[in-house]
Parts: sequence; C-alpha cells; structure tokens
Amino acid sequence: MSRRKLAVWKFASCDGCQLTLLDCEDELLSIAGAIDIAYFPEASTTEVEGPYDLSLVEGSITTPHDAERIQTIREQSTTLVTIGACATAGGIQALRNWADVREFTSIVYAEPSFISTLDTSTAISEHVDVDFELRGCPISKAQLVELINAYLNDRRPYIPAHSVCMECKARGTPCIMVRDGVPCLGPVTHAGCGAICPAYDRGCYGCFGPSESANVEALAQWWKGLGVEDLDLVRALRTFNAYAPEFKEVSDRYA
Amino acid sequence: MDPQTVDRHGLDRLITHLAESGFEVIGPTVRDGAVIYDHISSTSDLPVGQGDAQEGGQYRLVNRGDSALFGYNLGPTSWKQYLFPPKTELLHIRRSNGDLVIEEPPTRTRPMAFFGIRGCELAAISIQDKVFLDSGYVDRTYASGRKDLLLVAVNCTTSAATCFCTSMGTGPKCESGYDIVITELVDDGETRYLVAADTERGESIITAVGGSPAKDEQLANAESAVQSTAADMIRSMDTDGIYDLLIENPDHPRWEQVAERCLTCGNCTQACPTCFCSDVADRVTLDGTAIRERRWDSCFGLDFSALNREPVRESTSSRYRQWMTHKLATWHDQFGSSGCVGCGRCITWCPVGIDITEEIVAMKETVST
Repeated sequence: MSRRKLAVWKFASCDGCQLTLLDCEDELLSIAGAIDIAYFPEASTTEVEGPYDLSLVEGSITTPHDAERIQTIREQSTTLVTIGACATAGGIQALRNWADVREFTSIVYAEPSFISTLDTSTAISEHVDVDFELRGCPISKAQLVELINAYLNDRRPYIPAHSVCMECKARGTPCIMVRDGVPCLGPVTHAGCGAICPAYDRGCYGCFGPSESANVEALAQWWKGLGVEDLDLVRALRTFNAYAPEFKEVSDRYA
Repeated sequence: MDPQTVDRHGLDRLITHLAESGFEVIGPTVRDGAVIYDHISSTSDLPVGQGDAQEGGQYRLVNRGDSALFGYNLGPTSWKQYLFPPKTELLHIRRSNGDLVIEEPPTRTRPMAFFGIRGCELAAISIQDKVFLDSGYVDRTYASGRKDLLLVAVNCTTSAATCFCTSMGTGPKCESGYDIVITELVDDGETRYLVAADTERGESIITAVGGSPAKDEQLANAESAVQSTAADMIRSMDTDGIYDLLIENPDHPRWEQVAERCLTCGNCTQACPTCFCSDVADRVTLDGTAIRERRWDSCFGLDFSALNREPVRESTSSRYRQWMTHKLATWHDQFGSSGCVGCGRCITWCPVGIDITEEIVAMKETVST
C-alpha cells in the first residue's frame, strides 16, 4: 500500500498551529516516516499535487478568494481536519463580525480600495464539511500527534471533549474560582491544554473553545455573583473563540 | 492499651517513626491556597494554625490565630488520588519478532501511611475497598496501595459549613478502620494530643513513640470536643426514604431545574472520595508500541454513556440524575451502602455551588406536598 499523503493549508491565522507540527521534534521523524508530507509550504518548497488523503487546515475564511480556495481543498481531500481556534471558530479575527470591517481597513491601510475582504471571519465548517476539529490557540502537540496517529491506524482519536476542570483535578490544582474567586472559563472550556493557566493562578481563557454541553449561561450568572461586570464577561467570552456558537450566544446576551 | 497523650513533639516522633519504619508518609499541607495531601516529614508541614471557611462553590483559608494542627476541614483533594490515581498505566504492549509482548508495569511496593485522615474519609476508603477489592475483581493498583496501608486518623474537632457526616453516620468521630486515632486537645494554652490505637500495629507504634497515660479529664474533653463538633454541624441530609424518593421520581421537575445550573464540568465526581469511574485508552506511538492507560472519568461527560458513539444520557438532567441516584440510592443495591460519606466536597468544589443536600430537600418537599 502506498503511503498516504498529508497536506497542510493556511487561511487567516498566525501560523502557530501548523508550526506545532514542526514543533513535534521527537515525533517528527516518525510522522515523516509514516506519511508523505506532500504539501506544507511552511516546511518545504516541494509541492506534490493532490488529491490528498489528510488535509490539516489552519485559519479562518476572511476573503472571497479563500472562500473559493477551501472548496477546492475539500474536493482534493479525503479527510479534512481543522486545526486551531481560527479554523474551528473563526479565531480572534472574528471580532470583526461585530464591527464594520470597512472602517478598520480605512484606518489601517493607505489604500483601502486594494483590500478585498469579507465582512466576517468564519470557521471552515461554515463553508465545507469537516471530518474532525482539533481545538486550541494554539493546538496541543500531543493531540496533533494523537490525531495523525489515529488517522494512520484508522481509529478514532482519543481527544476527550470534557471540561478543563477534569485536567485541573487530575493534576491536583485546587479550583482557582472556588478558592480565590478568580473568574475562570475552565468549567465550560474544552480540555486539551492540560489546565496550564489555573496551575499558575490564572483563570482559564477558553483557548480551546466550548466543551461538550457547555452551560455558559449558568457560569455567566455565577461570574456576576463574583462581581464580574457585563463588559468584562463579554470580553472574556470574545477572545480566541468569540464566534463559537456557545460563547457567542451568551456574549451577545450581555453585550 | 489505654489512650496516651503526647505534645506536638510526640507527633513529630510519630511521623519520624513512620518514615523510619519504611512508610511513605502522606498528610495535609497547605499549597495553592488550600489544604491538600502530599508528602510530609514533620508537623511543621501540617496546616499549622490554618482553618477554612467553606460554602457552596467557595473555599477560603482562614488564619485561626492559634497553632492548631488539625483546625482545618477537608480540602479539594482526597486520599483516593493515592489508591486510585488520576492516571495509571495498566499495560505496556510492544511487538517483538512478530508477536505482541504484553507487560504489566510494576505496582507500588513501599507501603503508605495516611496521616490525618478523617472519619468520613475512612468511610470513603472502606467504600472503595468494596469497589476495587471485594466486588469479584481485585484491582492490582488499588490493592498495592492498600496493602499494609497505615491509617493515622484524626477525630474532627471542627466542621465546615458544607460537612454533613453526622447524617451519613461517618463522623466526626472515627469509629473504626484506623490504626491510630488522634484527638487534638487545647488545654490551658498547651495543646495535647490524645492518641489511641485500634490495631496491634497501632499499639506498637504508640509504644515506640512514647507518651503519658491520658487522664480522665482529657478523655472527657476529647469526647465533648467531638460531640460539640457533631452538634454544631450546620448541614444535614435526611436519608429517611431517600432510596424510594430517588427511584420513584425519575421525572421530577427538580432534575430540569438543577440542570439549568449544572455546568456538567465533572468537578463533583473528581472531588468525591468514593467516585470511581474511569476510562481506559491506549496511547499508541507511531513506531507501534502502546501504553494502556486508565484515567479518571465522570458520568457528567457525554462519552461516558456513549454506545456506538451516541450518548445514552444526552441531557444534563439525565446525567445529574444518574450521579445523584447512583450515589444515594442504587449504590445500596450495588455495594450495600450509600456512596455518600457526607464530606461536602461536591458542594464546596462545585464551581457554581450546587448542593446535594439542598436537592434532596427540594425533592422531598415537592413530593410530600
């Protein structure tokens, strides 16, 4: 059987997620040995033509050109996996969805007329079918390796969709919200980071987006009891995964 | 052997004696703004002068203004992390000459001593004993931790607002299941510790540590300290008829009401000293070796009840109902006792302060009227 072909694609994003693949260091040679890295401009100028067996897609759709390009990539890809908050929820650039992007371009660019951009930044799944979404800003190296590994072995990746709290409890971090009243998004945020922030006395920022069955409204009400102002609640929900439906619905309610 | 009293140095000798006898001594200590359990080597590692204020979804360390060693109440972690760790490697699997080689990783050989375990926590261990040792299958990880485990208990002379052990019959006094029990006695400014043994092992340790025979007055003071702790306990759970209440009301509107507040984050199950659910998954490397690992899981997760990828308990109300009904009712069918020891951790460490005792009250009120 010939080796399967991997492609890595970039849309509106910071490159951090695809660089996670290069950051795999210890596993990188094993990955390169197990799958053909056919298209990955960040790593190699060699481009092997499609179709591709596995496409990793980073970034959100923000331009008319990208909205067309993702269709072509989908057609060329047997399995398409989005990597990171941009591709999965529209990223931090989805903040434009609540504003007038033409106003932004008029301030930022000397010749705004050269800029062809959409009014919104949207997730890849808004445009094409997505087979799996890898969460995070950036994604977790361990989860990326697990995803590729599971794909190569035709099994389901072991990537629990439960809350960050499960990771805090497993590493023995006393809940920062309970012991110190620090607002934390952990109870409604998808696990995967290993609960880093609460271990350093910071509330969870929600980098991995909503967990399965996230009850964001109930947490919002508790935060208000902790003295969090509506504006700060909205800011907390509108960061890396602002346009994830579970976060958006509640941030709109308090905006 | 009659109960003895020692001063704080006596407890230091006790800890040292345990360490020198080969035990890994684990006890309460302050870290990250809470009393947690970790390795200790002297009484200065204990939460000296620390108390705490607890409520639903709230925990604060409080300076007691004295030098009490056991003036704190239960913190977020329980002893289960040592007997049933959050992550356990079960098997190592690799290929060799076309065959699969499957090896069980070694388990613990050095015995542990739990120093400062409370009555409700002794009860929690005896409940997990039934799950991991007496239910027909012996869990080798749990059994290795439980083997020769030495239990130095402490009678509670203080309670948190979230405690309800008196309702569950597990405290504040340690009735059985320990080797040594300590009661802290504040007397004329000089704190003494009443130590009593319940096993031969405990007796020989107390003999080695030395002390003076307890006076009648000290015994009476210890008894009254524990009794007033019981009398002062704020929370309670009326367990009368609780089995039928839960079994007969699967469609009670209260389940939907609590589901509106429940985050399904799983904290209650992770903090609970008796919750024992786990998930087993293989971590496979690209070069073909695998580690089969067990991790704590929670009935509040969707994957937990997934059959053929779809969850059986999709709604939050069904998941909360599953947890509470199992804990307080069907646990009796399965293991012959309640699964709740009244430690109150699920109340304090619920990020939004959901209170299992309040849920029972609400359900009882509406059912009876």
